[in-house]
Amino acid sequence: MLQLPIPLPLASGSMSIGESANAPVIDLHAVDYSILGIYILVVVGIGFALKRYMKNADDFFLSGRSIPAWITGLAFLSANLGAQEVIGMAASGAKYGIMTSHFYWVGAIPAMIFLAVFMMPFYYGSRARSVPEYLKLRFDEKTRGVNSVAFAVMTVASSGASLHALASLLKLLLKWDYDFSLWVSSIIVLAYVLKGGLTSAIYTEVLQFFLIVLGFAPLVIIGLNDMGGWNGLMSRMQPEFTHSWKYMGTTANPMGVEWFAMVFGLGFVLSFGYWCTDFLVVQRAMAAKSMGDARRTPIIGAIPKMLFPVIVILPGIIALGLASKTGSNYSIPNGVTGAPDYNLVIPSLIAHYLPTGMLGLALTALMASFMSGMAGNVTAFNTVWTYDIYQSYMAKDKSDAHYLWMGKVATVAGILISVAFAYAVKSIDNIMDFLQLVFGFVNAPVFATFLLGMFWKRATGHGAFYGLLSGTIAAIIFHGISTPAILAPGETLPWIKGGWLGAHYGFTSSMAQNFWLAIVAWSFCFVITILISLATKRTKTDAELKGLVYSLTEKISGEDEPVWKRPAVVGSVVLLIAVVLNIIFW
Amino acid sequence: MNFDLRLPIGILFTLFGAILTIYGIITRGSEIYAKSLGQNINIQWGLVLLVFGLVMYFLAKRSKNS
Repeated sequence: MLQLPIPLPLASGSMSIGESANAPVIDLHAVDYSILGIYILVVVGIGFALKRYMKNADDFFLSGRSIPAWITGLAFLSANLGAQEVIGMAASGAKYGIMTSHFYWVGAIPAMIFLAVFMMPFYYGSRARSVPEYLKLRFDEKTRGVNSVAFAVMTVASSGASLHALASLLKLLLKWDYDFSLWVSSIIVLAYVLKGGLTSAIYTEVLQFFLIVLGFAPLVIIGLNDMGGWNGLMSRMQPEFTHSWKYMGTTANPMGVEWFAMVFGLGFVLSFGYWCTDFLVVQRAMAAKSMGDARRTPIIGAIPKMLFPVIVILPGIIALGLASKTGSNYSIPNGVTGAPDYNLVIPSLIAHYLPTGMLGLALTALMASFMSGMAGNVTAFNTVWTYDIYQSYMAKDKSDAHYLWMGKVATVAGILISVAFAYAVKSIDNIMDFLQLVFGFVNAPVFATFLLGMFWKRATGHGAFYGLLSGTIAAIIFHGISTPAILAPGETLPWIKGGWLGAHYGFTSSMAQNFWLAIVAWSFCFVITILISLATKRTKTDAELKGLVYSLTEKISGEDEPVWKRPAVVGSVVLLIAVVLNIIFW
Repeated sequence: MNFDLRLPIGILFTLFGAILTIYGIITRGSEIYAKSLGQNINIQWGLVLLVFGLVMYFLAKRSKNS
């Protein structure tokens, strides 16, 4: 079984691709290989070209804070746009239809704008080198410790899972040897990250962005033509698949989630928790060359993000339509159990519509997104490891050159651990499900801590730490008493799905269970942080919190920037467009 | 930083575009295009990539000269 790690805002557990009896088999020709070969040469070449700019640790970990906003913005978007998203969103498109757009217009855009307008001034202005380091400056060492260790484990785990997914997919589609794919792609990523550090990762993420758009757009164009355009496609769908909100009044829709859990659980708790606090994405904005560029980073990312459903969700819906078309000779490939394996939607569509030539381009885009996803994780890992763990707990006052050296060691180690992890996922059943569950417990409450930290100067280190702890415990208990389905008397579920303390609350889907788990964990963390903060003494004075808390930081007037560049103005326009999109597809 | 990302983007997509266009011309009328509804998608999309690649490349060149 192959596990695909899902980007956290999805939080619906990991997915798996099994062996499939009718998986598409893809034959590559010389022209396809030459496209793949050129891509690899160019990314490794970028790494080597950047080598001479990597003079000190700041260059390696933070790109010397020198990158223009259009690049950090596309990388911000792209760091999250791994192959898992391309494959997973098409799968969701086929399972849930247009409702999948909630992961974009509800579960991403508002949080990205909030980060740009309200939070970036503190991340960038405090000169923190990582998100955990901000927690150290704002709260205390133990809060940073928990956050950095959890993050470091999480990033190498998802990098390993992504490697495993790539190697398994190549084995399934192209009959390539698993070990060969695994090692070759790791070595390519290692080569360019080691040479060019974060800049390499960011640059290849931007390349990958264009590759994904330009590699998959033809698939959508041909598919839509085949279905007789948008209206032709919609006429083949059941009504619940053609609306984003209309059927969300109750849980009687394909997702089994009602509007409140969607808006509060996904749209607020999970989405803000991911986009505004996950160092993998925030690191991209921190690498920007100025405060203005740092704040524009998430907004520039939000614009293509808003339109991405066309590239990633629509293929899933097209696959549904195609399967229902008589004489199309297409069906969604089956998994081991005989049920459709939606993760194979994208590969099977590529095989169905794209001839040799274009096929090579689309597969290169898919492989590129796996590799750049891995590079993103590795660069976030080496920074948190070096600054937040190694420098804080093991070797405090070493030279800059020493930390640069450590960063390179951490890069090699991070990749080796990813490889080891990929093999663990391959051989141990459900390990990814288990980790996903644990990460969910740890991540669900986190945004409450940042929100209180940034906007309430009275929040204390003890409050933050014990708030996080109680949020995580609340999540664990909630998982123990809830189930993803309403069970019949005597019916049981594997413990990993919940209900191991008794099936007290049955939800209509695992997505609904996850959203409510996040809501509960967040609320506990929010309330407990406030209570403990009020009961404990402040350890940081107003002067120490300057630049870290909203009320103690000078507002950025932005009057020296033209109107169209001001984050609040552009952000509001983007938000408005997102609202209009929701209404159009209501 | 003195390294214009538009340059490698330009080079990459110019090469991709050129390869696809040439391959599309060689395989004109081939049955492989039955998949793409009879359209020679290699030529069509190859040209799109070629134009995108060249625009990126010249933007990078122009800003280097100025």
